[in-house]
Amino acid sequence: MHVEPSSVAALTADPPTPRRGRTLIVLVLVLAISWSFTLLPRGSLPRWLGELPRDLQLPFARWLRAFMSWLVEDAALGPLAFRDLTRGIAWLMTWPLRAAESLLVTGIETGAGSAAVAWTAPVSWVALIALMAWLAHRAGDRRLVALVTLAFLYLAVFGQWRSAMVTLSSIIVAVPFAVGVGLALGIKAVRSVRAERLIKPVLDLMQTVPVFAYLVPILILFGFGPVSAMLATIVYAMPPMVRVTMLALRQVPPEFVEFGRMAGCTERQLLWKVQLPTARPALMVGVNQVIMLSLNMVIIASMIGAGGLGYDVLTALRRLDIGAGLEAGLAITVLAIALDRLSQASAGRPANTAGRRADRVLWGLVLLALASMVLGHLLPWLAHYPDAFRISTAPFWSDLVAWLNVNFFDQLEAFKTFMLVHLLVPVKRLLLAQPWPWLTMLLAWLGWHLGGWRLALTVALAALFIVTSGQWANAMTTVYLCGVSVLVATLIGLPIGIAAGLDPRVWRIVQPVIDTLQTLPSFVYLIPVVMLFRVGDFAAMIAIVLYALAPAIRYARHGVARTPAELVEAGTAAGCTRRQILTRIRLPLAVPEILLGLNQTIMLALSMLVITALVGTRDLGQEVYIALTKADVGLGLVAGLCVAAIAIIADRLIAAASLRTRRRLGLEG
Amino acid sequence: MTDRPTKLACRNVWKVFGSGAERLLREDSAPAPEALAERGLVPAVVACDLAIAEGEIFVIMGLSGSGKSTLVRCLSRLVEPTIGEILFEDRDLLRMPMAELIELRRHKMGMVFQHFALLPHLSVLGNVAFPLEIQGIARGKREARAREMIELVGLAGREDHFPRELSGGQQQRVGIARSLAVGPELWFLDEPFSALDPLIRREMQNEFLRLQKLLHKTIVFITHDFDEAVRLADRIAIMQGGRVVQVGTAEELVLHPATDYVAAFTADAPRAKILSAGAVMRPPDPNESFAGEVEAAERVAAIARKVEAASGPLAVIEAGRVVGAVDRDIVMGVLVGRRTD
Repeated sequence: MHVEPSSVAALTADPPTPRRGRTLIVLVLVLAISWSFTLLPRGSLPRWLGELPRDLQLPFARWLRAFMSWLVEDAALGPLAFRDLTRGIAWLMTWPLRAAESLLVTGIETGAGSAAVAWTAPVSWVALIALMAWLAHRAGDRRLVALVTLAFLYLAVFGQWRSAMVTLSSIIVAVPFAVGVGLALGIKAVRSVRAERLIKPVLDLMQTVPVFAYLVPILILFGFGPVSAMLATIVYAMPPMVRVTMLALRQVPPEFVEFGRMAGCTERQLLWKVQLPTARPALMVGVNQVIMLSLNMVIIASMIGAGGLGYDVLTALRRLDIGAGLEAGLAITVLAIALDRLSQASAGRPANTAGRRADRVLWGLVLLALASMVLGHLLPWLAHYPDAFRISTAPFWSDLVAWLNVNFFDQLEAFKTFMLVHLLVPVKRLLLAQPWPWLTMLLAWLGWHLGGWRLALTVALAALFIVTSGQWANAMTTVYLCGVSVLVATLIGLPIGIAAGLDPRVWRIVQPVIDTLQTLPSFVYLIPVVMLFRVGDFAAMIAIVLYALAPAIRYARHGVARTPAELVEAGTAAGCTRRQILTRIRLPLAVPEILLGLNQTIMLALSMLVITALVGTRDLGQEVYIALTKADVGLGLVAGLCVAAIAIIADRLIAAASLRTRRRLGLEG
Repeated sequence: MTDRPTKLACRNVWKVFGSGAERLLREDSAPAPEALAERGLVPAVVACDLAIAEGEIFVIMGLSGSGKSTLVRCLSRLVEPTIGEILFEDRDLLRMPMAELIELRRHKMGMVFQHFALLPHLSVLGNVAFPLEIQGIARGKREARAREMIELVGLAGREDHFPRELSGGQQQRVGIARSLAVGPELWFLDEPFSALDPLIRREMQNEFLRLQKLLHKTIVFITHDFDEAVRLADRIAIMQGGRVVQVGTAEELVLHPATDYVAAFTADAPRAKILSAGAVMRPPDPNESFAGEVEAAERVAAIARKVEAASGPLAVIEAGRVVGAVDRDIVMGVLVGRRTD
C-alpha cells in the first residue's frame, strides 16, 4: 500500500456544499484582509495598533517583582519568615541528595572540601551495571537486558560515568518526590471537587508556562545550587503525575470500589488496598513520564546549579565545543532511553509475578553493591572505570561536523536561504503586520464559532493579556516561529503517520524512531542543529520540527489505523478502491485524532521554542531567557505567562474543533 | 415463606438523580413522572416496597435500565437512596452511622459482582482472604478460612493463581468464595452469571443452588434472564422503569400477571416447569375413577410421563385429600402453551 500525495488534499476537497462554500468565502476574505496589512506602507497605521503604548500597559512585571520582594523580605507564617521556610526546605532536601551522591558519586565521606576523608568508594560501576541488568531481566526480555547493560557500559567506557552518576543521583531523589506529591495531589483532586477546581487550572498553567520562567523565582527563594535545580525538576515533572493519578483512579471500574465498600473498607483501606493497586498499571505510566521529564530538565536545571551531564552539555555548548557537547548529550540520551525502557517494562509487567527467589537475588545484588563500595576503596579499577580503557569520541564528532561544514557548506546554506526567503520571512512579515484588535477579534470570532461565547471570552482575554503586558510583537514572533515549525512538522508528519496507519510494516520502522525522538531531552536537539546551521531562526525551526514531529506522526497513525474494521469492510463491499477507502472513510474519521496531534505538536513546539532562545531567536523565549540571566522575576514570569496564553488559545480552539468534529461524526454524544 | 421472619425490607425507597430531587420528594411523596421530567430529574428507583424473608432466594429481575442494579445498591447502601427506609433486621441502614455500617458490611453482608471485581494484584488466596484482611485478622487465621472457602467452591489447588490466569467461571467461583469468607447472613449477587457462557452459566447456577442448600443465606439475586430467575428463585420481583411491578413465585407470575409487561415476560416461560398440578387441575367429577394420583405441588413437567402412561385421569392430592384431576388433555395444553384462562 502507498499514499498518494493528493489524498491528503482530497480530504478538504469534498464535494462543496452551500455551507462549505460560505466557509471558503469567509476564509478567503479573512486572508485577504490580513494580507492587505502587509501591503500598507510602514507607519501608515497608528502605532498603538502594533504595540500598546507604555502608559496604557498594565505593569504585570512590576507587580510580580513587588510581590516577589515582599515574599522574600517580609512574608511570614506566624513567627517563621517565609525566606527561612524556603531555606529550611532547601536544607532538608540536601540530605537525601547528599545520601544519593555519597552512594553513586563520592563514596561515604566525612568532613568537607579538601579536608574530606573518604571512608568508602562509591558503588562500583560493575555492581551498578549488574544491578541494572538484573532489574531489566526482572521487568523484561533479553533485549531489554542487553539495552540497559550496553547503555550503562557506554557511560563507563566513554568517560561519562561520574557526570552521569551526579545526574542519576538527582533523578533518583527527584522522581520519588515528584511521584509522591503528584499522587497526593491527584488523590486529593479525585476526592474533592473543590480541590480539583483549584488544582486543574494550576496544572494547566504549570504545563504551559515555559520552565525558564519559574527558574527565576526558585532561584530567588532557594538559592543557586543542586537543591534548587532539583526543586525545579520536581515542579516541572510533577503535573503529569497529578493528571495520571486522577485519570487512573477515575478509570478504576466502579465494581471494584463497590466491592471494597461491601467488604467493609474504611476510606483509607479503599484507597490503599483497592483503588491504588487496581490502578497500578496506569499509575506506572505516570511514573515513566515523571522520569522522562526529570531527564528532560537535566540541562535546564544546570542553569541554576545542577552538576552532571547537563552542566557538561551547557558549558560545552557555551564554548562551542562540538565534540564534548555531543558526547555528554549522547550520554543523557543513552541514560534517558535506558531508564525509559526499563520503567516502561516495569509498568507493563503484572504485579507480584516475581517469586521470592527473585527478591533474594535482588537483595544479594544490593549487598554486592554495598560491598563494592568497601572493596572499591582498595581496588581502584573497581571504584572507577580505568582511564586506560576509556574511549573518547569527542574528536571524532568535532571532525565530522567540521568535515560536513567544509564539504556541504554551500548546500546547507542554499537550503537555509531558500527556506528563509520563501517561508520564514514572509510568514514573519505577515504576522508582525497584523494589528492586535484585528487578530483578537478574529480569534474571539473563531472561539465563538467553535465553542460558544465562553470560549470566545477565554480566547479574547488570553490575547488581551498579551496586548496589555506589552509583549504583542514578541508574541507574534513566537507565533510565527511556532506556526512555521508546526506547519513543517505536520507536512512531514502527516503523510508518514498515514502511511504507518495503513501499513504496519511502515509503522514497525517508524515507531522506534519516534519513540527515540520523544525520549531525547529537548535540549539535545539543539546541539547538531547549531553545529550545522549556526544560530538563528532557521536553526531554531529545525530543532523545533524535530522535537515536535513525533505527536503529528503518532496521532495521524492512530487515527487512520483505528478506523473500525466494519466500516472499512462496508467500504470494500460497496466497491471502494483503496484510495477511496482512505479519502472517504479513514481520513474523515481520523480528523479529530489528527487535530489532537496538531494540538500536541503545538504544545511541544512552544516548549521547545523557549529553549531555542539559546540559539538567538528574538521572541518571548528570548525575553524569558534574558530575564533568567538577569534574575528578573517580573519580566520572566510575564513573558512566560504570554507563552502560556498562546498555548491556551491554541489548545482551547483546537480541542473545541476536535470535539465538534467528533460530535459530527457521532463518535461522542 | 411467609412464616419466616423478615431479614431485609425496604419502604418507599426512591432513587432520583438530579439536583433538587430530595426537596421535591419531601414535598410530594409520589410525584408524577411528568413532574420529575419537568425538573430534569431522572428516577432510577420509584417507590419501592419489598420484604425479604430469612433464608429466601429473592430474585429481582428486569431488563437493563429497569433500575434493578440501582435498587440492589440502595439495599446495600452503596448508593444513597433519595428517600425511604432500608430495614436490616429492623435497623434502618440509612440512619446508621458510617462506622456501624462498615461493621455490618464486614460481618453480615457479602456481594458478588457481574464482572467479578477480583483484585488483579492479589492471588486467589489473597482475594478470598481480602475481606478478612480488612478486618485485621491475622494472616494464618484468614488464610486458613480462605482455603476452606476455596475448597468449598471447588478451586482447591489454585490458591496461588492470579485472577487473569483463570477462566470466567473460575473467576466467579473466586468471587463467590470471597463474598462468603466472612460468613455473611445477607448475600447480594448482582447478575453474577450474566458475563458467562450459557453452559458455564448453567453449571454455576447448579453450584449456587448446591451452596445455598448447605448455607441457608438470605439472598438478593439480580438477573435479566427470566429462565435463570425461574430456576433459582423462591420469589421474583419484576421491575420496569424503576418500579417493582409485581412480586410473587414464578407460578403466580405466570398464572396471574399483574400487567401486560409481566404477561409479555412470562409468555415464553417454560410453563411445564413452573406450573404445578394444583394450578392446572380441573375439578374432579363426583364419581370419577382415577388411574393413579399426583401431589398438587408437583410440577407439570415432572408428572407428564406418568399422565401419558396412565390409562385415565390422575387424582391430584393435597394434604391427603383429592382436590382435583389432571388428564392428558390438560398436560398437553400446558406443554404446547395453551392458556387455561
